[in-house]
Amino acid sequence: MRHIISLLMENEAGALSRVAGLFSARAYNIESLTVAPTEDATMSRMTIVTTGSEDVIEQITKQLNKLVDVIKVMDLTEGSHIERELMLVKVKAVGPGREEMKRTADIFRGRIIDVTDSTYTIELTGTGSKLDAFLEAIDPAFIIETVRTGASGIGRGERSLKV
Amino acid sequence: MEATGAEIVVRCLAEEGVEFVFGYPGGAVLNIYDEIFKQNKFKHVLVRHEQAAVHAADAYARSTGRVGVALVTSGPGVTNAVTGIATAYMDSIPIVVVTGQVPTPAIGLDAFQEVDTVGITRPCVKHNFLVKDVKDLAVTMKKAFIIAATGRPGPVVVDVPKDVTAHLTEFVYPATVEMRSYNPVVKGHSGQLKRAVQMLLEAKRPVVYAGGGVVLGDASEQLVELTRLLGFPITNTLMGLGGYPATDRQNLGMLGMHGTYEANMAMQHCDVLLAVGARFDDRVIGNPAHFAREQRRIIHVDVDPSSISKRVRVDVPIVGDVQNVLTEMLSLLKQAKEKPDAAALNSWWTQIELWRSRNCLNYNRNSPIIKPQYVVEKLWEVTRGDAYITSDVGQHQMWAAQYYKFDKPRRWINSGGLGTMGVGLPYAMGVQLAHPDAQVACITGESSIQMCIQELSTCRQYRIPIKIVTLNNRYMGMVRQWQEFFYGSRYAESYMDSLPDFVKLAEAYGHVGMRIDKPEDVEAALKEAFSPALKERLVFMDFQTDQTENVFPMVGAGKGLSEMILAEEL
Repeated sequence: MRHIISLLMENEAGALSRVAGLFSARAYNIESLTVAPTEDATMSRMTIVTTGSEDVIEQITKQLNKLVDVIKVMDLTEGSHIERELMLVKVKAVGPGREEMKRTADIFRGRIIDVTDSTYTIELTGTGSKLDAFLEAIDPAFIIETVRTGASGIGRGERSLKV
Repeated sequence: MEATGAEIVVRCLAEEGVEFVFGYPGGAVLNIYDEIFKQNKFKHVLVRHEQAAVHAADAYARSTGRVGVALVTSGPGVTNAVTGIATAYMDSIPIVVVTGQVPTPAIGLDAFQEVDTVGITRPCVKHNFLVKDVKDLAVTMKKAFIIAATGRPGPVVVDVPKDVTAHLTEFVYPATVEMRSYNPVVKGHSGQLKRAVQMLLEAKRPVVYAGGGVVLGDASEQLVELTRLLGFPITNTLMGLGGYPATDRQNLGMLGMHGTYEANMAMQHCDVLLAVGARFDDRVIGNPAHFAREQRRIIHVDVDPSSISKRVRVDVPIVGDVQNVLTEMLSLLKQAKEKPDAAALNSWWTQIELWRSRNCLNYNRNSPIIKPQYVVEKLWEVTRGDAYITSDVGQHQMWAAQYYKFDKPRRWINSGGLGTMGVGLPYAMGVQLAHPDAQVACITGESSIQMCIQELSTCRQYRIPIKIVTLNNRYMGMVRQWQEFFYGSRYAESYMDSLPDFVKLAEAYGHVGMRIDKPEDVEAALKEAFSPALKERLVFMDFQTDQTENVFPMVGAGKGLSEMILAEEL
């Protein structure tokens, strides 16, 4: 099953490689991993999307907790949560397809953030499946390049991950 | 007063009460060695290979319970040390390894003797640090010692670039350091403790299964009291030997791949299992699916939450310091109105005695060729069971574990997790230095001993009078055994050709060498080696043992725990 694991860790050189190394050393899956400093610059927050049986997920959270640089770990998928991912897509925008591309972007609440006479760069946020749906909705021949951040997640309501 | 980074390293070690630093100098650590030269707080032991420095520090820690320290230079110093670090990591041994690094401006430029030490050691340390600023050095050293020794212990590497060892700063050694991200659990959950005690009291066919955590957590005394109070059978893992006296009737001996018949049968057929500081690893329970076929309730006490429910699902997990948890358990048991079910226990013991009567460790005592088991038994007798025994890895290690009956913790020093050939000699050095008046023997094989044989020179330099018991069967015995059983007796590269004359070799290093060919000479040789006349000397005993002897009982890899091959079945 797919799980989103959030963690707070010391914002130190090498902390990221400890997490990444743990996943490769123990053969855990990583679907995506995002990390950036929090409002407290001494800490980073990481969101890891992974898949595995309940036993594997339990081991993943325990092993993450064991890392000395990791301050707190939370499996967001254990409760209600919000998940968002950002994608930038550069597409060909020429001829009759140019108007169609803008309409599709509008339907998905995408924003065109860069324009040339032959391309659009569209910014989209949402769950991973929404971003997938957008890519499926446009003609693949028009896609020049895509870049995705991987999911970030946060608990709903009072549920929070903090020190 | 200001101090250089090098002075700070040395003063931190002195503040920690370090007795021995095992090391080998090199360019990146010259400033530190210069400070070592000027001080007299601790003794530096010059090894002949960095791997041995780490092993010796590791054995010092295993035998004393204190943090062992090694010091190596950058680059090859570090890569040589990695085997030692990984060995300590797998067995959760508290050591601090200080490594030199190229100067900070040179890091990442492929400088001479540069390796990414933090990167290379990351998967085999509890934690590691690269100290880029001399102001962080003292606090980092303090953190290293705290992290190494607390919670589930383990090795910590502190990588110190050469320029940092020259930089000046005010030296203040903190009494302690708070780390918001590091707070090992000490006390067990009280609700779980109550459930556990209830479960123990209801047990009909209980077994206590105690591992290295009992030894490392200094919980032997509590374990003995608890087990005796309950009247339960107990089995020790390879790492747990000595945690409960081997000569005690309640002890079924070691379990696992080469465990006793009675221990493995009891483990498989128990209804309540109390696992203490053990981790259900593949050499212990065999095939997990086969193990799970029998219904049993499991209580698992461990300081490391990730060791619980990793390979086997447990019913009552208790995370905490083993000594603390067992003490709590004891007081709950003493308060409880119920007593263990005497009738059920009686019939369980009857069953166990039946298993025990198979006498699975029996071997041919009338052999005209020296049986390796016989040497270990005689060693036990000659040392009155009171020696520190180190071993290497292979058949001799299993025979040492089976036939040397350890009655005290921290007496059995071996590489259980990583299975590192070559540890025996440097382990014995570390143990003997820590316990100068104790009898220390290294049980080894002719293959393993050659992996760190250069340390005979270190032993000469520091007059380390260990006794080396080589069970020389001219084979990598355990490899040969597996080839015999599982590879149609095709002994691919497992025969040791062109062995040195170990007697002459020992003499060349300035030690005493003995070669023993006949069973009737075994006891006399051991007695001589441990006699007052040779008390100050290293004695290398080369026992020519039976080439075809195998270790029994044996659970084949991937087999169930109760699917043992016994000696008489062949």
